[in-house]
Order: sequence, then structure tokens, then C-alpha cells
Amino acid sequence: MRGSLRALAQLGLVLLAAIVMLSALLLATGHDVSGALSALVRGAFGSYYAITSATIVRMVPLGFAGLAVSLAFRAGILNIGAEGQLLMGAAAATALAVPLAGVPSLVAIPLLLVGGALAGAAWAGIAALLRLRFGVLEVISTIMLNFVALYLTGWLVRGPLQEPTKVNPQSASLPDALHLPVLLDGTRLHAGVLLMIAVAVGAWWWLAHTASGFRVRAVGMNAFAARSAGEVAVTRTVFAAFVMSGLLAGLGGAVEYTGITYALYENFSPGYGYTAIAVALLARLHPIGVLGTALLFGALEAGANAMQRDAGVPSVVVSVVEALLILLIVAADRWTGRVAARAEATT
Amino acid sequence: MLELADISHRFGAVQALQDASLVVRRGTVHALLGENGAGKTTLMRVVFGLLTPQSGRVQWQGAPLRLASPSDALRAGIGMVHQHFTLVPAMTVAENVALGGRGLFNPADAANHVQQVAAKAGLVLDPHARIDTLPVGAQQRCEIVKALARDVQLLILDEPTAVLAPAEAAELLTWVRRFADVGNAVVLITHKLRDALAVADDVTVLHRGRTVLATRAADTTEAALAAAMIGERAAQPQSHSLQSVAPGSTTAAPADAAPPTRGRVLTLRNVSFSDDRGVQRVREASLAVEAGTIVGIAAVEGAGQHELLRLLAGRLAPTVGQVERPALVGFVPEDRHRDALLLDAPLFENTALRGAGARRGRMPWRALRENTAGLLTRFDVRAPGPDARARTLSGGNQQKFVLGRELAEQPQALVVENPSRGLDFKATAAVQQALRDARDAGTAVVVYSSDLDEVLLLADRVLVMHAGRLHEVAGDREAIGRVMLGGAH
Repeated sequence: MRGSLRALAQLGLVLLAAIVMLSALLLATGHDVSGALSALVRGAFGSYYAITSATIVRMVPLGFAGLAVSLAFRAGILNIGAEGQLLMGAAAATALAVPLAGVPSLVAIPLLLVGGALAGAAWAGIAALLRLRFGVLEVISTIMLNFVALYLTGWLVRGPLQEPTKVNPQSASLPDALHLPVLLDGTRLHAGVLLMIAVAVGAWWWLAHTASGFRVRAVGMNAFAARSAGEVAVTRTVFAAFVMSGLLAGLGGAVEYTGITYALYENFSPGYGYTAIAVALLARLHPIGVLGTALLFGALEAGANAMQRDAGVPSVVVSVVEALLILLIVAADRWTGRVAARAEATT
Repeated sequence: MLELADISHRFGAVQALQDASLVVRRGTVHALLGENGAGKTTLMRVVFGLLTPQSGRVQWQGAPLRLASPSDALRAGIGMVHQHFTLVPAMTVAENVALGGRGLFNPADAANHVQQVAAKAGLVLDPHARIDTLPVGAQQRCEIVKALARDVQLLILDEPTAVLAPAEAAELLTWVRRFADVGNAVVLITHKLRDALAVADDVTVLHRGRTVLATRAADTTEAALAAAMIGERAAQPQSHSLQSVAPGSTTAAPADAAPPTRGRVLTLRNVSFSDDRGVQRVREASLAVEAGTIVGIAAVEGAGQHELLRLLAGRLAPTVGQVERPALVGFVPEDRHRDALLLDAPLFENTALRGAGARRGRMPWRALRENTAGLLTRFDVRAPGPDARARTLSGGNQQKFVLGRELAEQPQALVVENPSRGLDFKATAAVQQALRDARDAGTAVVVYSSDLDEVLLLADRVLVMHAGRLHEVAGDREAIGRVMLGGAH
């Protein structure tokens, strides 16, 4: 209880810091601070449509990728590759859409999602194998695989997956029958948000209450002790967690494709997989916390677009703030860790 | 030469030092004694510039001294060898010694310099050897040379004999004596009374941050020092641990235990083990451990005991030969922070760690929490409760917890490595008693300790390991010591 209160307080502080940094950046670049900030808030929460069709729509891919990052980090794996895994998930779902045209949507949609998830898992599996067989640091391999996935997507939408007229570098649009159901008429809010909440709760329950989830956490906390005292098969556990992390990111890509974009194109993801690192860290790697932080970052991204549209402030300003937030969170974690250790030492 | 007066320092609520004092005379070896947590290391951190005390005075060669960092201390002529070495494993001896220097690095000059310093000090050391290829004793000599290369006149050695075999330790103490005799001084931080009395001229005893005794070694006895170290409140159970630090009074293998023999529990048949690099660590070892006995393993560092224990505990698979183990084997590794505990997890999750590899389905957290609470009571672990993080416990309580966890399900066998490493008297006594209780309850116990006295104190039967081979040695301390170093028996 005290822990979650402290986490909430930290969240508030981070939010405050974000506003301060954003204001400073706006001032420095000569923009109208209050006008820009109010555009941002309006864009994120200003209307029913903003909430359902801008903020929550962005929360979904951030949430899936954030869960992927949390799971990996919990196991002690620094998976920076959620971006690439998400792209591969979307690409696989796109590829499956062609043969599945005409199949009843109750069968076809789950197949698209499963296909996307498996593709993400396979993409993460490459980095996992490199790590466990050859000792290649996953930080490096997953970043590199992000680039491979990005350019692979670029090739796919100009080659085998390009739309029939062969004019635009994007895939054919997904038949209506294969769209994820829209939850509220007149909005873009789709069933993916429910799936994400279910996955978050499931991930939390699995980590907290099952033996295999406990093994993942134990390996993440201290792999030596897990092996020596727990007789845990560390390699197998790390591999499974890594692949599951990719699975969640891939699922996120497939959900984004079937729920929002209905097509694959080069800039399919505006860096969801990278922002997801901040989402996960700010949630202290807790799956339920990811729901909250994904909402926060979804609002920031939605607001950034509105700010660009209404106040003429480039939306990259928000990207700068997001990056600064990651640094701030990591620093704050080290700092609070040290304070907590000192407090414990004195009791 | 060095005078510390009225040094006080508190860390939060813990008064680490309270008006502590220490006077080191030139040309002497000074033993600094005390239990774990008595403040020995804290006091020496003050001398070496790692800690600025909140109050007190430091006088060095007659003048007040202010130290802001270890480099200040080295410049003044004060060097320290930490218990855990601070060497770069992938570098050579010469490179490690040169690390603290300034200016350009020239390998030939650095090697020459090391050679000169070592020769002058009478220490054998190859400047070109890589640290990770050297035995512990040579690494320690490298640490000493590192200090001497900076012209130190006062050398602080933190538990220098803890990692050494008896013969190596004797050699080191002889060197310490010679170094002091030529006009330098040595402070020896130790909890081995025998070492202290054998080599020291002066003795200072700390207890709970206070200097409780400062005397000439000739004017005191082991018993008086032990009494000072444990303070006024020495209770009954400490008599055991007193023996472990006052080995003059030990006798090998208490015969009165007369454990009931219930057949072999753990058996090794011609077991050999080679590590990843193909180095044979265990050679054709055969061993049968019976229920209700404690088998003690005596060995110097790196003799293969590390692998032997893990073969017995099922943490390693033999390259050749057979290991017969019962269904339940408890294992207490020496490095509990690394190999036994999830420091950032609550205790009940640490309880759950045992057997986690084979567990299926849901975690029975409620039951695990209750078991943990019971375990804390049964093994006298001082902790706020099952939800306390392992990190917040003291070393002794962590070790009692680990031992309790491994014994909780009444394993038929228990394998223990350095059970009292880093523990104070009380905790040592409690851990040793828990091992005896397990033996008396019929568990087959195998215990290795780098402290030979502890092996002799606990074991019903002693086996010596040397260069991967096991030898059954019937005989006294001297005979065992000879075999440990490869002598005939």
C-alpha cells in the first residue's frame, strides 16, 4: 500500500517535471506557453472524441509495448526491441489478411492477432538466441533488429505486400470484415483496448501468482540465486520471458493494424516501442501500472498532435520531453533507491 | 606514529564509533580486534581517508592530519589492503600496481619498479603474471606491493589471514613482523586471537564502537581478549564460538555425539568433474556420508571443494562417476548474497525460492508466508516479519534464515559451505548449533569451512581435499594442515 502511494506521488512529480520542462522548451523556442499547453490538454482530454479517439487509441499500442518491455525487464532482459517486434507483428498480420479474406471474422480476426503475436515472438527469439547461444548483448541486438524490421517493412510495402495499384508504398487496406469491432459509434475506440486491459491483468496475475511467473521474477532479481538456491533452469526461463515479451509487442502491432491503421506502411509506428520503455519504467515495471502510464503517454502524444495543429508547435517538442522523462525516471529511481536503502539501514 | 582520539561517527541511528581511540607506535604490529560490527573497519576507514568522522582527532607523526580521500592517506604514507581485493583481474601485477600512479605508463619501467619494491620488501611476485591466474596468496602480495610502491610506512591489513592456508598465513605474519621491525608499523584487523597474540606487540579491542581494551600483547591472554571482545553480556552459547577463535582449546571431532548410524545417505563413486575450460577440478572422489554425521572438508582455496560441494548438492553434474543423492538435499552456499538470496524480495519469496525450479501451477503465498513466520521463530531469525526484504537483515540473520529455509523440510542431507563467514560470535554459535541439531535429528551433513578450526570443531569425521583429490586423514591439526598443502599423510 505504502509502495503504491509512493509510486503515485512519484508519478505526480514526474508529471509536474514534464510540464516544467515542456514550458521551458516552449519558452526557449519562442512559443506562447499557455496557448500551447492548453492546446495540448484539449487535444488529450478536451472532448469526448479526444479522449476516445486520440488518447486511448494511442494508449493501446503503448500499453502492449509497455507490457512487453516490463515483462522483459522483470526477467532482467533489456529488450529495447519492442519497436521492431511490434512492426513484425503488424507485418505478419498484414500478410495473413490476404489469404484470410472471406473467412468469417470470428475466426479470421483471432488468427490475425495470433499470427502477429507469433511473429513478434519469433523476432524477439532471434535476439534471445543470440544472447543465450553467443553472448550477444540484447540491448545491441534488439536495437539493430529494430532497424532491420523498419527497412523490412519498407521493402514489404513496396514489394510483396504493396496495394494492388502499386502506386503508394503501403499495403492494401484491410477488408471491413477483418476490422476489430469499434466499441463506441462515431469514435475510433476499438476492442483492442479491452484486450490490452485483459492482457495487463493476466500478465500481473501470472507474474504474481504462478510458479513460472515467480521464476521469471527470481531470475530477474538474481539469476545466480535462482540457479543455485532455486534450481531454476535460468537459460530456459530467460528465453521464455524474452519470447513472451516479443509476443506481447507483436500482438500490439497486430491490434494496431486491425484496430486503427487497417494498412501497413513505412511509418506505421511513431516510435511506440521506444516510448514504451518510458511507459514501463514509470510504471515501475508493474503490469497494472502500465495501464496508467500508457494512458499518460497516450495523452501526451495525442496532445502533441493537437499542439502542432492548433498552436504551431512542432510535436517533436513532446518527444524531447518524453526522452528527458526517461532520464529523469532512471535518475529518480536510483536516487529513491539510495534513500530507501539509507532509511532501512537506520531502522 | 598514529594517534586516534575520541573518534565518533554515526550512520543514521547506528552509533558505529563512540569515542574510539587507537595509538600505533612505530616499529610495532598492532592488532585491532572486535566482533563483526564492533567498528574495526569503520575506524580504519577513517585512517585511510574513506570516511571523515563526525568528531575526534587524528594525529600522524605528531601533527594533526586531515584526510579527504585515500590518495591523501597514501600521500601521507598510510596504505590499506582490504579484505576483498581491489585488483583488476584481466591486468598484470605491474599494471595493477601502476594504476594509482600518474603520467605516462611504460610497461618495462612498471615491471622493474614492481620487481624492486617486491625484492626490497622480500615478497615473491611475478610482475608479468595476470591477476586472474594467481592464487589468493599472490594476489594479496600484489595488494601489499601496491601499497609499498607508494612508500607507505603504516600498512593496514583487513583480515589478511582469512583467505590463506595455515602455512601461507604463517609466512604472511612473519613478513608483517619484519616490515614493522625496520621502522614501519602494521595494523592487523582480525578476529583470530591466535594470530593477534602470535605476532602483535600491542592490542586494541573494540566493542560496539568503543575502545574497551588497549594493552601490550605480552600483558594479556586469549581469554581476557575474548572476554573484552564479547563485552560484559557474554551469554552461555558463546562458549562454542570462543573455541572457534581460540583454537588452542579445540579438540577434533567430539566423540561423545555417538550418532545413530542409519546407513549411507550421500554417496560419491569415483566422481570426477571438469569445468567449462576443461580443467579437472575433482579427481576420482569417493565418499559415503551416513545419516546423523557431520563430515568436515578441509582444504585451501581452489582445491576443488567448491565443485565437490556442488556435486553433492546436485548443483553440478559429474563428468565421470556416480552421485547418489536422496530426494531432499539442503544447500547453503558461502556467498549468500549472490547464491542464496533475492535481496530485494521479501523473506517469504526467498522461502519460495527453494524448489522454485520444480514447482508447478499457482504459488501458495499464504502458506509460504506462514511457513516463513514459523521459520523465523524456529531459527531465531531477527526480522520484522515474512514481508521484510532480505536486504534489511543483518548478515547473521540472513545466514540463519538461509539455513532454516534449507532445513525446514527436513532434508536427508545438508551441504554447507563456509557457514559462519562474516558472522559475529553469537550468529556463528547459533549457526553451528543449528548444524549440530540437524545432525542429531539424523541429517547427513557435509560442511566445508576455510577456517580449519571450524571444521575441526564441527566435524565427526574430517576429509582433506588437495588438488581435486579427497583424503581421509586421521590425526591432529598439524597432520591435516600438512595434507591440505599437499604433504604426505
